[in-house]
Amino acid sequence: MYFETLHDLFFMNGHGAYVWSAYGIGFAVLAVLVWLPLSREARLKASILGEN
Amino acid sequence: MLDSKPDVFSILKTWFHRWGSPPWFYQMSSKLLPWLTIFTAALIITGTVWGLAFAPEDARQGNSFRIIYLHVPVSFLALAGYYLMALAGCIGLIWRMKLAFWTLRAAAPIGAALTFIALATGAIWGKPTWGTWWEWDARITSMLILFFLYLGVMALANAHQNSDSGNRAASILAIVGMVNIPIIYKSVDWWNTLHQGASLKLTSAPTIHGSMLYPLLIMIVGFYLLYAVLLLLNVRCEILANERNSRWLQDVLRQKNQEKN
Repeated sequence: MYFETLHDLFFMNGHGAYVWSAYGIGFAVLAVLVWLPLSREARLKASILGEN
Repeated sequence: MLDSKPDVFSILKTWFHRWGSPPWFYQMSSKLLPWLTIFTAALIITGTVWGLAFAPEDARQGNSFRIIYLHVPVSFLALAGYYLMALAGCIGLIWRMKLAFWTLRAAAPIGAALTFIALATGAIWGKPTWGTWWEWDARITSMLILFFLYLGVMALANAHQNSDSGNRAASILAIVGMVNIPIIYKSVDWWNTLHQGASLKLTSAPTIHGSMLYPLLIMIVGFYLLYAVLLLLNVRCEILANERNSRWLQDVLRQKNQEKN
């Protein structure tokens, strides 16, 4: 690892808040982006199978 | 004399026709998705851990530069996704192909979300680097326009009662919006902006060191694959929604359902 301790990895010499919040927001949006079509697919499949 | 060897054009044509058929697309994507998902997750996890914890810090920007590993791949795909969406709109308009319009509909929300992440991570990166969250400079403003273009395509596609006219209107906006793409690319060269120039160019050696470059390349490939996964998932939803009364789809779903029980 580039950092000596986990504490350094977390704080990144004062840039930790920026770096971690960027990744946090990014991956949160990506998680929603994956979840949306999966839940829509499940709903559509259930309704198509239910009709027949 | 007849030449029996198939030429490249006819191979492409067959390929295009196969993938243009909803049943083929639906079944092939079922087989492809598990593999694509595994590779995508492996690449993105590797790239993220490498970029955050193992790559060295930048001599001038310090650790804030680590945002590059998310910001650049996401921005690449926000742009590449626009090409794909406009191309799908073009194909839909010319050949009246249903699957092309569904691809356009599927690509718009993915592109909007990726552009949003590009803008958000850029703003967060801007604060420690430029001392400001936001600047109305050429690169950032043209990316904001890209975001609104994606939202516009989504709105037009869904605004019409008749999905045919919605598809056509959304396709035309997507194609017209292509004028913004070269502006985004060239904005850092044409205008004097805060945004740094490209670190990666096809025509010359990269301006960043290998230890910083490899995780970036891994993330870029990972995000291309992630885009493919998301697009397949969304197009499958469009197929389910639009072909719900087709015999083939009901058969496929029922068969899957029986296998499960």
